[in-house]
Amino acid sequence: MPILETIGLEKRFGGIIAAQDVTLAVEKGARHALIGPNGAGKTTVINLLSGVLKPTAGRIVLEGRDITSLEPHERVRLGMARTFQINQLFLDLTPLETIGLAVAERLGAGVDWWRPVGSRSAVTDEVVEIVERFHLADVMHERTAILPYGKQRLLEIALAFACRPHVLLLDEPAAGVPEAERHELLATIAALPAEVTVLLIEHDMDLVFSFADRISVLVNGGLFVDGAPEEVARDPRVKAVYLGEELVERI
Amino acid sequence: MAPLADDVAGYLKRRARWSAVEIAFWVFAFATIWLLPSKHLILTETAILALFALSLDLILGYAGIISLGQAAFFGVAGYFSGLVAKYGIINEPVVALLCSGLVAAALGFVTSFLVLRGSDLTRLMVTLGISLMLGELANRYSNITGGADGLQGVTIAPIFGKFQFDLYGHTGYVYCLTVLFICFVIARRIVYSPFGLSLRAVKGNALRGDAIGIPVKWRLVAMYTVSAGFAGIAGALLTQTTAFCSLDVLSLNRSADLLLVLIIGGTGYLYGGLIGAVIYKFMQDWISTMTPQYWQFWIGLILVVIVLVGRERIGAWNEGVRAALARLVAHLVARPAVLGSAAPDRN
Ligand SMILES: Nc1ncnc2c1ncn2[C@@H]1O[C@H](COP(=O)(O)OP(=O)(O)O)[C@@H](O)[C@H]1O
Ligand SMILES: [Mg+2]
Repeated sequence: MPILETIGLEKRFGGIIAAQDVTLAVEKGARHALIGPNGAGKTTVINLLSGVLKPTAGRIVLEGRDITSLEPHERVRLGMARTFQINQLFLDLTPLETIGLAVAERLGAGVDWWRPVGSRSAVTDEVVEIVERFHLADVMHERTAILPYGKQRLLEIALAFACRPHVLLLDEPAAGVPEAERHELLATIAALPAEVTVLLIEHDMDLVFSFADRISVLVNGGLFVDGAPEEVARDPRVKAVYLGEELVERI
Repeated sequence: MAPLADDVAGYLKRRARWSAVEIAFWVFAFATIWLLPSKHLILTETAILALFALSLDLILGYAGIISLGQAAFFGVAGYFSGLVAKYGIINEPVVALLCSGLVAAALGFVTSFLVLRGSDLTRLMVTLGISLMLGELANRYSNITGGADGLQGVTIAPIFGKFQFDLYGHTGYVYCLTVLFICFVIARRIVYSPFGLSLRAVKGNALRGDAIGIPVKWRLVAMYTVSAGFAGIAGALLTQTTAFCSLDVLSLNRSADLLLVLIIGGTGYLYGGLIGAVIYKFMQDWISTMTPQYWQFWIGLILVVIVLVGRERIGAWNEGVRAALARLVAHLVARPAVLGSAAPDRN
């Protein structure tokens, strides 16, 4: 049984159909990439999955449970977290506070209004682990607003990871990251624990084909092709709409 | 690993530690009990205003909710504490104070759902509307509230049955300052707790707050409720120290003055309301001895200057406060014209 499923998902903005009849199955432990040209509706799908948008039709099932009508924070509690294509960070907080907040929240300390944030070792231990995993230790006391873009991107993922998701949705995690900071980011994504299911949106085809074990192609809001990387790369329809010839040769 | 863990834990706790400046602030505040006995009446008013401003800072500075209706909680608790004392329902002042805070908090909880959604402007109007309605209700049911004459015949029993309120306001001041301090300590614990941190995060980016599992709505409801409770305690303190309560506890002026106090003192660092209240009260006192008729004109002018200068120095000043400024300035500058008829807040 897939860990995450959508059934006939549709989203209209007035006259625009941003997603239509998206029926997608993400297997447990998968590295699943969702690709497609700009404006294809990829971010819309992530917004629907995470609950930022409510679908105009269709259902979303997470680990056998219908979550279509749940609020975003409720979906996080059930084990699905996301990152944003455009950074959504707490600019006035430090990475340490940001991650501390997310961990405290997940461990149920978010309603604790009396003890200071750092007074639970369960929280601090986990914060340390995440800070190290995402290479944020050297900047953890800086204000997030002034971090280099690559570090902000790392924090973007770290924050979602701190929710200990079973399913992690990454919306173009490497977009806009300068070459010098890119390697660290890609290595971190590659090193995500195997038990975490990842649904990745990405334009960088090197990253997609080195990372994904399954690829879905979205065009004009609809699922176009869905399969193993080799199949997708060879599919003539995909070639026509999306992938360049030279890419297929590389694979 | 271990040094990093210590660093992390230490850093997250250190923020919550009291600094030397803070300790000095409170030592000085309590020293005024002995140092400035002749000023205890105005200091009492200042402490009450400071607590009231602290209550607004909790929602404005920490949750980003702007309100022009904080007087609703102040006033309802003010009347509640007056009525329970007058009819001998709750005699002991501290118990009455706590009950008044709870009543205000309950009102805050119920009305919080109205202010959760919407823009700053919507919130200003909704909070203003609620306090206007309550003001009118208090006026309408003058058989209970005493209407325009105020609530007469209130006698406040000694605190813990021991400390009698005196004419010079000595007991009242120690009482108010102590309550202010206790409320401040609670507020301080709240803002440095995970709960407080989550509110700061939500204020900065509600979309992401939701996306990391924070039930944004309920956090705001909780903070609004706490804030209302604090405002209520301030209102009850005013009634208890003056043995009187009148319609002006629910007035728009009271809420507007409060924003002014926070504009002077700044928001989001807890001391803004306290420092703002001290400056505001003593400025008011000083200007009104010089020009008793037109002091609000000068306050209005100072406000305009502060805000124009403050535009350059952003500092702790909150954008939400500024959003309310245009309305506030108009309100304050218009007031000297109607001083004779409606000047509830001058003492
Ligand atoms: N909030 C919105 N309101 C109106 N149209 C939107 C909104 N969000 C996305 N769209 C439209 O939906 C389509 C898909 O957008 P998006 O999901 O961001 O594409 P992608 O992430 O694949 O580049 C675009 O045509 C976009 O203009
Ligand atoms: Mg997108």
